[in-house]
Amino acid sequence: MDSPLTDQFWAYLSSLVTGDWGTNPTTEIPVLSTISTAFPATLELVLASLAIMTVLGIPLGVIAANGAGRWADHFVRTFYLSGWATPTYLGAVILAIGVGPVLGLPTKGDFSSTPTFPRPTHMSVVDALLNLNLPAAGDAVLHLILPASALAFLNLGIATRMTRTSMLEVLPLDFVKTARMKGLSEFRVLYKHALRNALITTITILGLTAGVLLSGTVVIENIFQWPGMGEYAFGAITGYNFKGTIGVVIIFAIVVVISNLIADVLYGLLDPRVEWR
Amino acid sequence: MDEAAVGTRRTSGDEARTIQSPSEPSLWREFLRGFLRVLRANPLTFIGFILVLIISVVALLVVLVPLVSSVILGHTVLVTPYDPNALSTDYGQPPSASHLLGTDNLGQDVFSRIVAALPLDLAIGFGITGFALLVGGGLGLVAGYWDEPRTIGGAVSVIILRITDVFLAFPSLVLALAIAASLGRGTGPSMLAILLTWWPYYVRLARGEVLAVKHQPYVMAARAGGVSEVRILFRHVLRNLAEPLLVYYTLDVGTVIVTFSTISFIGIGVPLGVPEWGSMVESYERFLLTLPWTVLSAGAAIFVTVLAFSLFGDGLRDILDPRSRRALVQAAVPSTLAAKVAAAAEA
Repeated sequence: MDSPLTDQFWAYLSSLVTGDWGTNPTTEIPVLSTISTAFPATLELVLASLAIMTVLGIPLGVIAANGAGRWADHFVRTFYLSGWATPTYLGAVILAIGVGPVLGLPTKGDFSSTPTFPRPTHMSVVDALLNLNLPAAGDAVLHLILPASALAFLNLGIATRMTRTSMLEVLPLDFVKTARMKGLSEFRVLYKHALRNALITTITILGLTAGVLLSGTVVIENIFQWPGMGEYAFGAITGYNFKGTIGVVIIFAIVVVISNLIADVLYGLLDPRVEWR
Repeated sequence: MDEAAVGTRRTSGDEARTIQSPSEPSLWREFLRGFLRVLRANPLTFIGFILVLIISVVALLVVLVPLVSSVILGHTVLVTPYDPNALSTDYGQPPSASHLLGTDNLGQDVFSRIVAALPLDLAIGFGITGFALLVGGGLGLVAGYWDEPRTIGGAVSVIILRITDVFLAFPSLVLALAIAASLGRGTGPSMLAILLTWWPYYVRLARGEVLAVKHQPYVMAARAGGVSEVRILFRHVLRNLAEPLLVYYTLDVGTVIVTFSTISFIGIGVPLGVPEWGSMVESYERFLLTLPWTVLSAGAAIFVTVLAFSLFGDGLRDILDPRSRRALVQAAVPSTLAAKVAAAAEA
């Protein structure tokens, strides 16, 4: 602590590279070991909410674009604007305290009771399936529904809005008219011909939402007591655990950079006009 | 190519000014006409505009009325029906005529607390976004305009962009939370934390727009006409930048309000006792089932404010972007045409 700030910073950087990320001052547990078990749980939550965003958000965008200016469009726009205008914590609190008990869905943790089976991946559903424990897998899925929905609902607007905008650009094009003139069903025209071309932008944008989703986990995991990075970040930030806070921020930054890279690569793969040099 | 641009190409320096000046009032008139037309054609924008107007006026009244009354009358007059921090024995009352949004577990009037929190949340939204707009927009302008490789400007541009990239890699809420936690709890440190993380988006946006504008023929024409670089930057490039930046600013005010309220919800924002929507949701969340009006009212306040700004921002884009303006007006035309045709047929 007596050495100059530059020396301390250099020492911290060197220890980061060697895997020594410091310890939690109250529990003395190393930061990196906590992060390595908490990160997969967050990844599972984020992937589940991305799945909900894709399965629900993209068709809603198609419906809105197909009925642009009509009631379906207004309804979808109101729905995604409500999601966007609802603060993360408010949606999560309503789902955890209001909706969860009414529907009988679990609102705390990732399992009803601490699992006795080995957890190689630290992802609740994957671990249960790897152990061929179907009741535990069902329990894990039930526990995942509310936090993933809270995270997805608040970001659903991004997928819907992007799909709507790019579908509006694609729908008046000649190849869509040709598909319609050939007598194809409306479903095939919309989802097989138009959506394929409109999806490129949406997928890229979904990749770029990683930062937003990760920010959301800090609040959502705390409300649903999900044992992930967000919960750890919340505890570290409010508990003056600076090493833990810096560790979480670094990991989040790495994830954002990697997901942006994945989005860029996907863009190149989906759009043949983009050339790799 | 607009009138001003034609004027600049044919003339230079002071002559250009004389040609541009007569068109100024008509520009405003055109903006106002477009504004009213979009408000008429798009009811959602109209609702957003009215809400933003009401929210801003109420926030001003909450701040100004006590100040003015204490100077003129000698005692403070509150806009809110009750003192937002006054405790009473009327705790847990549902909404009624005497307590519009009911009372909380301490007997405080929820409506008064929500209205009292409005100036703080709104000032933070406008202030932080304004700062980010000035700093980020300014840096983006410099980085985009002077980006020739192997020049001092190019080197400055690269430095600005790399620092921006570093900030963009961190999710802004998480970075703001981490900075706020290290600076210490309170309104000031939380605001500073958001300020430090918010400007990079504006650098990217401004730079992108400058790159698109600076190679336009009218900018080259102005340069060929002998107009100075600084004048081109402020007179021709900045004007085209104002539109997307203004739209983004309006949409962003709501996002900043949500971010600040999230920091307060976590417990490192405003101190205890200060009315703020995020901290109100946090303190009332355990009463969602017993005193639902408390938490839902505080949540609805944030929801309505963010929605109002996003509807207004969307509408502003429609007004400022000639393509959307045309589309909206065209969308409104058939009904007028149909009415005319029907009237002619009847005649």
